[in-house]
Amino acid sequence: MAWVNAIIQGLLTGGLYALFACGLSLMFGVMKVVNLAHGDLAVVGGYLAVGVITVTHIPVLWSFVVVVPVMAVVGYALQRTLIQSALNRGILTTLIVTLGLSMVIENALLQFFSADTRGIGAGMTLVTGSVRLGSQIELPYLLLLIFAVAVAVLLGLQYFLSGSSYGRLIRAVADDREAAQLSGADYRHVFGIAAALALGTVALGGVAYGMYQNLDPTAGTDTILLFAFVAVVIGGLGSLWGTLAGGIVLGVAQQIGAQINISDELLAGYLVFLLVLVLRPQGLFTRRASS
Amino acid sequence: MTLPAGELAGSSSPLDSTEAVRPPTRRPLLEAADLTVYHGQLRALDSISLRVHPGEVYAIIGANGAGKSTLLRTIAGLHHATTGSVRLDGADVTGLRPERRARLGIVMVPEGRRLFGSLSVEENLKVGARYARPGPWTVERVYETFEWMRDRRDQQAAQLSGGEQQTVAIGRALVANPRVLLLDELSLGLAPVVVQRIYGMLPQILATGLTVLLVEQDVSQALRVATHLQCLLEGRTTLEGRPDEVTADQVEAAYFGLAGTASIPGEGSESSWPG
Repeated sequence: MAWVNAIIQGLLTGGLYALFACGLSLMFGVMKVVNLAHGDLAVVGGYLAVGVITVTHIPVLWSFVVVVPVMAVVGYALQRTLIQSALNRGILTTLIVTLGLSMVIENALLQFFSADTRGIGAGMTLVTGSVRLGSQIELPYLLLLIFAVAVAVLLGLQYFLSGSSYGRLIRAVADDREAAQLSGADYRHVFGIAAALALGTVALGGVAYGMYQNLDPTAGTDTILLFAFVAVVIGGLGSLWGTLAGGIVLGVAQQIGAQINISDELLAGYLVFLLVLVLRPQGLFTRRASS
Repeated sequence: MTLPAGELAGSSSPLDSTEAVRPPTRRPLLEAADLTVYHGQLRALDSISLRVHPGEVYAIIGANGAGKSTLLRTIAGLHHATTGSVRLDGADVTGLRPERRARLGIVMVPEGRRLFGSLSVEENLKVGARYARPGPWTVERVYETFEWMRDRRDQQAAQLSGGEQQTVAIGRALVANPRVLLLDELSLGLAPVVVQRIYGMLPQILATGLTVLLVEQDVSQALRVATHLQCLLEGRTTLEGRPDEVTADQVEAAYFGLAGTASIPGEGSESSWPG
């Protein structure tokens, strides 16, 4: 029964990882940018929630009403300035520039918030409580909520990208930005919108992380970016639902590892990651091998 | 101020009947003046000029590397010109990005089709129509013109054959209701029979009063539809005129740059090349 419980916990954690990963995947899919500051920006979203809750005393869960739009605007602005000018100099430059951005954010957070960890909504029933099924299986409210949010976010993105006319334009730009220009599309603006979506979703991930674990200035690269990256690679680059599947595989692998030996949690996740890279480098859930 | 208004007014009525007969002194719809473009060290275009009038089918021919596609891409805004200007109906568009020019009505069908491969046929057309100017072409009208497309509207563009893709690419440009349609090497990579079919349907499309600037390596196809001809060789104009004004020999000489072709107008001096 402990194993079943571990697998269920892992599966639910996959929702959190999907929130980390879907924005990373979206930005790579649309503009071929691997945003190495992705995790740090999630942490910024988390700290922003801490600040908003402290100052305005709004209910913890409502902090997203402020955090998501603010981070979306940050995403648009970053894309239109820093990342676009890096893109103009080539794809590799974007790696260096976003790595630099990641360092700047991390050190700025250390400066302002110190290295102490901070939780969001600590002590709330939502954070500590859980549903019990039988004597062994325990479903934390928080993980259930995060999983539901992740599925809702992915459904929303899916609906927007495949069903709306602006989503169609984003896919067109992702396919061939020059041809899109010839059809009158300003691809820089489209890139900005994609980055806004990416940071809006990862800000949710940051808030969720702050409730599930604790925020600290280094969590962005040490945990969030790394897990997002692993989930994206396992699921397949550029595939939205693949990020959920990849997140679930990672989460389950970690929990099974933890069952074997508590210190093997991370190792098990990375072993699965390596296995996928060796056996199916295009990811488990992509149909097309490349492009 | 020096023009006597009375004389103009008085002369207008007797001239009315002869207006149509008089050779047109129309303003060109699209005008490129003195375009020079470099690809790194290579001068791809050497002060090329052209004037495309409304309703014309203006064909630019030339061998591989003559600068044809560079010229078209520069007019569309995809290349930066070192010197020269591009004007649409008198308005300078030289500094505008490709998407701005497209919205103003300079719409290009790029070389190699360049459809949005993961999008369906219909989605491709809808993207083309998103920033469309008002005009006769709609997605529905494209379906009426190319019946097969309606039945396969939900098919992924990447799965179409080359000829089908080329037709969808033309449809995607048409729904933008271009003022000038730029066609870059329609025949490239297509079987001769398919090229025949595509050029065969052009007159039907052109009957809607479209102005076209096309680039083509396949001279015989270009001559089928062209009302005006300009031949490029190594970035310079070697021949220009109406198809009925030029002889096959002249075209051949201008196309290949054969020696001893003194009769070709527009021949520049060789000394303008660097190095």
